[in-house]
Amino acid sequence: MSDRKTLQIKQISGHSGASPGFEVQRDYEVCKLVDTTTCIGCKACEVACVEWNDLPFSPTTFDNTYQTMPDTRWSFWNLIKFNEHQREDGTIQWLMRKDQCMHCADPGCLRACPADGAIVQYTNGIVDFQQENCIGCEFCVSGCPYNIPKFNPATKKVYKCTLCSDRVGQGLEPACIKACPTGCLKFGSKDDMKFIAEERSKQLRENFGFEKAGVYDPQSIGGTHVIYVLHDATDPERYGGLPKDPQIPFAYTVWKWLAKPVLGTFALFGLLGVCLHYVTVGPRRPQPEPRKKESAHGDRS
Amino acid sequence: MATAVERFDKKARRAFDRFGRTEVYVGELLRHPVYTRFLHWMVALFFFLALFSGFGIYLPWLFRWFTPIFGGGALARAMHPWFGVGFVIFFGLQMLNWLRPMAWTKADTDWMRNIMGVVSGERKLEPPDTGFFNAGQKLQFWEIVAGCAVYLVTGIILWAGARTFGRWPVAISYVLHDISALIMLGGIFIHIYLSTIGEPGTFQAMTRGSVSESWAWTFHPAWFKEATGRDPRQAYETAREAQEK
Repeated sequence: MSDRKTLQIKQISGHSGASPGFEVQRDYEVCKLVDTTTCIGCKACEVACVEWNDLPFSPTTFDNTYQTMPDTRWSFWNLIKFNEHQREDGTIQWLMRKDQCMHCADPGCLRACPADGAIVQYTNGIVDFQQENCIGCEFCVSGCPYNIPKFNPATKKVYKCTLCSDRVGQGLEPACIKACPTGCLKFGSKDDMKFIAEERSKQLRENFGFEKAGVYDPQSIGGTHVIYVLHDATDPERYGGLPKDPQIPFAYTVWKWLAKPVLGTFALFGLLGVCLHYVTVGPRRPQPEPRKKESAHGDRS
Repeated sequence: MATAVERFDKKARRAFDRFGRTEVYVGELLRHPVYTRFLHWMVALFFFLALFSGFGIYLPWLFRWFTPIFGGGALARAMHPWFGVGFVIFFGLQMLNWLRPMAWTKADTDWMRNIMGVVSGERKLEPPDTGFFNAGQKLQFWEIVAGCAVYLVTGIILWAGARTFGRWPVAISYVLHDISALIMLGGIFIHIYLSTIGEPGTFQAMTRGSVSESWAWTFHPAWFKEATGRDPRQAYETAREAQEK
């Protein structure tokens, strides 16, 4: 899905040996900044995403809100989530959050993936699916804290936002960024975006009365390469289920990376065990049956 | 319930005896009828298909060379659950077939207590109360019954995936499915070893269906006594006493 000439690989799922190209070249960590306080819900990013990635039409679902469909789909990677939050004084706050792959620094999908090369993480932080290597086991779906990878039953492969790795590899910004009319979407290095986000949060806190405004960049998964400015960073759940403390299941951390290889090798010791038993103790053979007392005596003498 | 199961097994055994034959030669005893042998090898076939297709997914960095056998990772993943279904179905029938001889008894508890005699090779003869199956075989059987239950529940969860059952059930099933597979993997080495080179004369029980009488009285004396009405153990002891005099 991407141009491997320009994007250096950092991690490969289910891969034995080193990742080719890791730390060969220096690269900026890229980051997408989504300022939810200036999003107007125009959905230009949704259209730009579908258009650039040449995705087939997805039927929309009308559920009495502005939201295009309940959740992202295998063919719809960028969805603005509309949520109405009732403040303590009874007034309504209308929240819009652009939902897409967060491109975690510690990607749960990549940890869960058992297929060699189906998920790669580039040095610039982009986590990309390589569908030609995908085996369709859907473990990535359970590894992801954001419910992002989506299964296509027709191809039996999983798809998600690529952060337009094909564009970024050529020095362009992702399609959604290019389409945004309000400047609520920004793209650049992680350091720069973090700086802008902190400045904007400070502005919101000091000048606009959003005392809890802050940046969403969860450290439980090592930070993300898509960060949000939120009116209330203490409660990200209200923005359409953004987890406050996203977690990768222990099955893909402790079990898969430590216990599994150790126990797998241990099980093979069973093979070694029976071989050693054969050469040290030896087989047990059927014993001759003594038919009669007298003959048994005779046989043995 | 038990009687319905027994009637089913009896019918199945009779039906399979019409297609296959079990020749019991002089000095041999019938060990496993055609039906039991058929089930055993179907279980074995699906076990190894599921094992090899699953191991490429379990430890790809070490066993990724298994998946090309099945036509690549995607096909291995697509077929693994069906291999598992075959394994569970045929083992389920074997379980019904063996419910009675696999029942745990007091003799089995004693057998397990003295298991080191078997491992060290010091015990040449099984204790006289060892029946059709010994405690080790029973333990493995019930481990596979439990393992099949784990495979079935966690396998369905993994098969339908997180979009049906949610993230955490899948993550937990992933671990339990692995543990069950590891226990069975350890068990299969012991099973194959003991049934071939570990205890010579055993393998033919699952191929031709018969075993030699000396095999039977050595490893399953209580069954031998039940099947033939003779007690060579007694004769052996008497003979030894006579020799020592």
